[in-house]
Amino acid sequence: MAAVAETTTTVRPERRRPSFGRVMAWTVMIAIVLITLVPFYWILRTALSSNPGLNAQPADPLPVDLTLGGFERALGLQSTEEAVAQGGAGGGLKFWRYLLNSVLVSTLITACQIFFSAMAAYAFARLRWRGRDTVFALFLAGLMVPTIFTLLPNFVLIKELGLVDNLLGIALPTMFMTPFAVFFLRQFFMNVPKEVEEAALLDGAGKVRIFFRVLLPMASTPVMTLAVLTYITSWNDYFWPLMVSYSDSSRVLTVALAMFRAQTPQSGIDWSGLMAATLIAALPMLVLFGFFARRIVSSISFTGLK
Amino acid sequence: MTVASSSPPSRLPLGAAEAVAPVKKAKSRPGGDGALAALFIAPAMLGFLVFLLWPTLRGIYLSFTDFNLLTPAEWVGLGNYVRMVNDPIFWQSLWVTVEYVVLNIGVQTVAALAIAVLLQRLTQSSVLRGIVLAPYLMSNVVAGIVWLWILDTQLGIGNEIIAGLGADRIPFLADETWAIPTIAMINVWRHVGYTALLLFAGLMAIPNDMYEAARVDGASEWRMFWRITMPLLRPVLAVVLIMTVIGSFQVFDTVAVTTDGGPANATNVLQLYIYDSAFGRFQFGYASAMSVALLVVLSAITILQYRLTRAGQTDLG
Repeated sequence: MAAVAETTTTVRPERRRPSFGRVMAWTVMIAIVLITLVPFYWILRTALSSNPGLNAQPADPLPVDLTLGGFERALGLQSTEEAVAQGGAGGGLKFWRYLLNSVLVSTLITACQIFFSAMAAYAFARLRWRGRDTVFALFLAGLMVPTIFTLLPNFVLIKELGLVDNLLGIALPTMFMTPFAVFFLRQFFMNVPKEVEEAALLDGAGKVRIFFRVLLPMASTPVMTLAVLTYITSWNDYFWPLMVSYSDSSRVLTVALAMFRAQTPQSGIDWSGLMAATLIAALPMLVLFGFFARRIVSSISFTGLK
Repeated sequence: MTVASSSPPSRLPLGAAEAVAPVKKAKSRPGGDGALAALFIAPAMLGFLVFLLWPTLRGIYLSFTDFNLLTPAEWVGLGNYVRMVNDPIFWQSLWVTVEYVVLNIGVQTVAALAIAVLLQRLTQSSVLRGIVLAPYLMSNVVAGIVWLWILDTQLGIGNEIIAGLGADRIPFLADETWAIPTIAMINVWRHVGYTALLLFAGLMAIPNDMYEAARVDGASEWRMFWRITMPLLRPVLAVVLIMTVIGSFQVFDTVAVTTDGGPANATNVLQLYIYDSAFGRFQFGYASAMSVALLVVLSAITILQYRLTRAGQTDLG
C-alpha cells in the first residue's frame, strides 16, 4: 500500500484510493462482525423453531415451523404433558423467579459495592489520617489474589453464617468493596481540583456534606460506568452462585440455565427451549448495553497505573 | 507501578477515561480527619478483612488440614501436598489447563491485536466497537450453551456447513482431541472483543503524526505496524497479557456447561477438579491445597511475564 507523498503539510489526513490492502482489511472486518453476530441470530432462530422442525431442517436459515413453544417452556407456561410432547424435559423451571433473583442479587451487589467503595475512595483520596498509605497498599495487594482462591474459604464462611441458599449469601462477599472499585474511584476523586472542596468548606459545609453533595454528584459518570460493569459482572457470575444456591429460592439465571441444559429429555436436548431460555437470560444485559453502549465502549481503557 | 494481576480479570482493566491519571502523591499528615475517615472506610474495611484477607489466610491454613465441612478441620501437615504431587489426575488437570491457556491466549491475543489495529487504522466507528464487545455481555454459561448447539455433531449449523462442504462431521465437544481447542475458541469468541478494546485504547495513545510521517516516507501499513505500532504498544500488550493469562487459568463455567470435564477427563481443567474435590467428595483440605498450587503458578507466571516484558519497555517520545 504505497501512500501518496504529500507535498504540502495538511492537518487533515488525505483520502486514499481504496487499495487491495484496504479491501482485504474490510473483508476481514466484515468476517469478524459476522462471526460475532451470527450466533446471536442463531439463538433467536432456534428459539422460534419447534424441536421436530429443528431435527428435520437443521440448516434452514429461517425459523423452522415458527412457534413460541420454546419461550413458553422456558417460562414454565406449558403443562408438563405439553412440554414433553414438544420435546421439553417438563421439569418445573421458574424463570421469572430466577430472573427476579438475578435482578435482586446484581442490584444489591452493585448498589452497595459502589457506595461503600466510593466512601472508602474518598477517605483514601481526600481525608488525612494516620496509616492511610499503608491501608491503601494493603487494599491494592488484594488485587493480586485471584477471586477463585477465596471462593472455597468464603463458602465455608457463608455456611458458618447460615447463609447458604440465601440471596444475601450470594451477594455478601462482593457487597462491601472490590479493590478495583476502590482504586478506580480514588483515581477520580484525586483528580477533582482541591479548590472545589475548599470553596465548599469556606461556605461552612462539613466534609460529610461535601462528599454527598459535591464530590459524589461530580463523580456520576465514573460511578455509572462502574455500576454498569459491576452489574454485568455479577449478572454473569456462575461459579460462586453455583456453590451457594441449592433451591429455587436463591437460584440465579446462570445456574438455572446450566441446570436446564443438564436435564436432557429422552428425545435429546430441548434446543428450542434452551435457546429461548438463553435469550431470556441474556436479554436484560443486551438492553442495558443498548442504553449504555457508547459510554461503556469509550470507557474501556486502562486505569493508567504506571 | 503496574498492578498486574487482578482477581476478576474482567474488572481490572476497565477504567473511565476520566480516571486515567498518574497517582499523585498526597502528603499525609497524621491526625487530621481520623474519626471521619474511620467511619468512611469502615464498610469497605469490613468487606476487605472478612471476605478477602481472612479467606486468603484461611485457604492457606485449610490446605494443611483434613476438612469435610462437617467435623472440625484436622491438621495433617503436608499430607495434602504429598497426595497432590502423587495424584495423576491433578497433573492431568494442570496439563489440560495449560494446554487450554496456551491455545486460548495465543489465538485471542493475535485476533484481538488484529481487530484493534483494524479499528484504529480502518475506522474508529463506535458502532463497530459496540458490536465487537457484544459477546462479552453474555455470560460464559450462555456462550457455552450457544456454541454447544452450533457445534452439535448432528444438528448444529457448524457441522451442517462442514457436511455441506463434503467433509466429515466433527464431534467438536465430544472428542478428546477436539474438546479443549473448541472450548478455548468459544472463550476467544466471548473475550476477544473486550481484549481488542483494551488494546485499541492503547493504540489511541500513539500520536497520529507518527503514522503520517511514516506515510510521507513511503512506509507501508505492514511496516508501520512493526516499526510504530508494536514497539509503542508493547507495555500495554504486556499488561493485557498478564491479565488475560490469569483470567484464562481460572476457566470453569464454559467447561462445566459444555463437557463437564469429559470425555474421559480430557477437559477436566484444574478449577473443575478443585470444585469436584470440594463439593463432589467433600475434600475441602485437598481442594484448598490445589487452590494454593494454582495461586503459586499464577504468581510465578505474573512475576516471570512482568520481568520478561518489562525489559526494553518503550514509551512515547
